[in-house]
Amino acid sequence: MEKIPILRMGNLLLVTIQVDLYDRLAETLESDLVQMIKKTGARGVLIDISAVSIIDSFMGRIIGNIATMSKILDAETVVVGMQPAVAITLVELGLPLNGVLTALNVEKGMELLKKKIAEEEPEEEEDHGDTE
Amino acid sequence: MVTLNRESMSIMREIDVIPFRNRLKEYAVKIGMSLVNQTKIITAASELARNMLKYANGGKVTIEVVSKGRENGIRMVFKDEGPGIPDIDKAMKDGFSTGKSLGLGLPGTKRLVSEFAITSEVGKGTTVIVTKWKNG
Amino acid sequence: MKNEAIKIFQKKKKAVLENWMKFQLADEGLREDLMSNEDLRSQSEELLDAFIDNLSDENIDDPANSAFEAIVDILSGISISRAKQGFSPRETGIFVFSLKDALLNVLQQEIKDPQELYVQSLKIIKIIDSFGISTFETFIKGREEVILRQTDEISEISTPVIRVWDGILALPIIGTLDSARTQIVMENLLQEIVESGSSIAILDISGVPAVDSLVAQHLIKTVSATRLMGAECIISGIRPEIAQTVVHLGIDLSQVVTKASLASALKTAFGLLQLQVVKKQKQQQITE
Repeated sequence: MEKIPILRMGNLLLVTIQVDLYDRLAETLESDLVQMIKKTGARGVLIDISAVSIIDSFMGRIIGNIATMSKILDAETVVVGMQPAVAITLVELGLPLNGVLTALNVEKGMELLKKKIAEEEPEEEEDHGDTE
Repeated sequence: MVTLNRESMSIMREIDVIPFRNRLKEYAVKIGMSLVNQTKIITAASELARNMLKYANGGKVTIEVVSKGRENGIRMVFKDEGPGIPDIDKAMKDGFSTGKSLGLGLPGTKRLVSEFAITSEVGKGTTVIVTKWKNG
Repeated sequence: MKNEAIKIFQKKKKAVLENWMKFQLADEGLREDLMSNEDLRSQSEELLDAFIDNLSDENIDDPANSAFEAIVDILSGISISRAKQGFSPRETGIFVFSLKDALLNVLQQEIKDPQELYVQSLKIIKIIDSFGISTFETFIKGREEVILRQTDEISEISTPVIRVWDGILALPIIGTLDSARTQIVMENLLQEIVESGSSIAILDISGVPAVDSLVAQHLIKTVSATRLMGAECIISGIRPEIAQTVVHLGIDLSQVVTKASLASALKTAFGLLQLQVVKKQKQQQITE
C-alpha cells in the first residue's frame, strides 16, 4: 500500500507530500505521524504541502487533527508551502485551519519550529501566542 | 445552455476519485479555466464524490463541458441511489453533519461553484448538479 | 421564372443606392463627424451589392436562410465598428432601416399591381427586419466588449501589489471591495507573496469608501488565506468612521491585526521582522 514517508531530523519530523492525497492515504499519514512522534519523542513536525494541488474538507480536517494531536504529545506542527489557489479554496470552503502554524517554505518553517521549541524549553510560564 | 461534450464515470470506491479528479482537471484546462477556479471545482467535486461514497456507497457522475452566451464552463451531475437526505435545508447549513465530519461538505461546496442544485428523495437517492463558469 | 422584385433590384441597383443615400443623408442625426459621406457611401454600396447578389427565388421568403449569412457578417462588422466609434443605436438602426425605405420606394415605382406590390414589399420588410435584429445584437455585443475590456483594465490597475521592503508587501485598495474584486486581490497578493517570499502583507483600506459586513467578510477571507500561506496580514488605513461602523454592525475583527495608518502598520511589520529604523548619526559611533 502507498505510504507517505516520514523523515527524522534531530528532534524534528519532516513530511513531504508529493502525491495528491486521497482519504485513506491521509488517514494513514495521521496515524503514522502520531506513532512516530511518540516513538521518537520529536518536538516538532514539518509538513510540506507545496506539491499538493487539492485539499478538501476531509484532508483539511486531517491536517488540523495532526496539529492538535501532536500538540497533546508536546510537539509543534508547521504546515509549509501551501499554494495560493489551495489557500483561497480552503477559505472559501470555510476551513481557515485556525490553530495550525503555517510558513511560506521549508526554510521559514524550520526557523519557526526552532523558535517555538526554544520558547518552550527554558521556562514554561512565558506564553507567546503572537503568531497564532 | 449548450452541452459541448459529455462523459460519465462511476465512483464506487475511494480510489475511483483520483482518475475522476484528473479527468475533470483535463477538461478545466482545456476550456482555459484559471488555476484558482480549477482548484475550486476539483475541490467541490472531491467533496461531492466523498459524500456519494460515504452516504450512498457510490454513484455515477457526469462531466459536461457547457457553454452559455460567451461563457464556457463545466457542469457535473452527481447521481446516487442512496438513502436520500430528509431535510435538505438543514444539510445546507454550515456545521451540520450526520457523519463525523465538520459539516462543511454541502454548504462549502456551494460556495466553490457558480451554480448549485440539489434534489433528494428519501429511499430513492440524491442528485446534485453543479456548474462552474470559466470566469465565475 | 425569377422573382419580380429580384429582377427589379438587379436592374435598378443604382437607383436603390441613390435612394438609400438620400434617406441616410436626409437624416438630421447624420454623424459626419464620425464618418465621411464617401465612407458611408462605400459601406452602403458594399452591403447593397452583397444583398442583391445573394437574393434568390429560394431565399426571398426565408429571412433565416443561410445565403444571408454573408450579409449578416458584413452587417455585424459594420455594427461592431460603429459601436466602437461611438455611434448611437438609433444611428445604426437608421442605417439599416433606411435601406428598407429605399428598396420599397423602388418597388413602388416599378410594380403597378397593388396585390403584387404588397406581397413583394412584405417579403422585403421581413428580410430587412431580421437584418435589423442581428444588427442590434451585434451592436450590443460590440458595446459589451468595450465594457468588459474596461472592467478588466480597471481591476488590473486597481490592485497593485507593492514591495515596500524586503519581506514586506503593501496592497492599497481603492474603491469598493466586492467578491469579484476580492478574488483578484487575493490572487494577486498570494501570488506575489510566493514570488517574493514575503512574510508580511499590509492591506491598506484608506481608499475603501465604506466597510459593511460583506466587505469585512472579504477582508477577513483575505487575511485567512494569507495566513494559510504562512504570511501575516495587517490591515491599515482604518478611518474613525470605519471603526465606528465596524463596532455598530457587530463585526468581529479581533482575529485581524489592524492599524490606523500605513506608517504604523509598517512599524509593526518592522517589529515582526526584528528590524529597526535608526537615524543616521554624523559621527561614526552610534549612541543609543
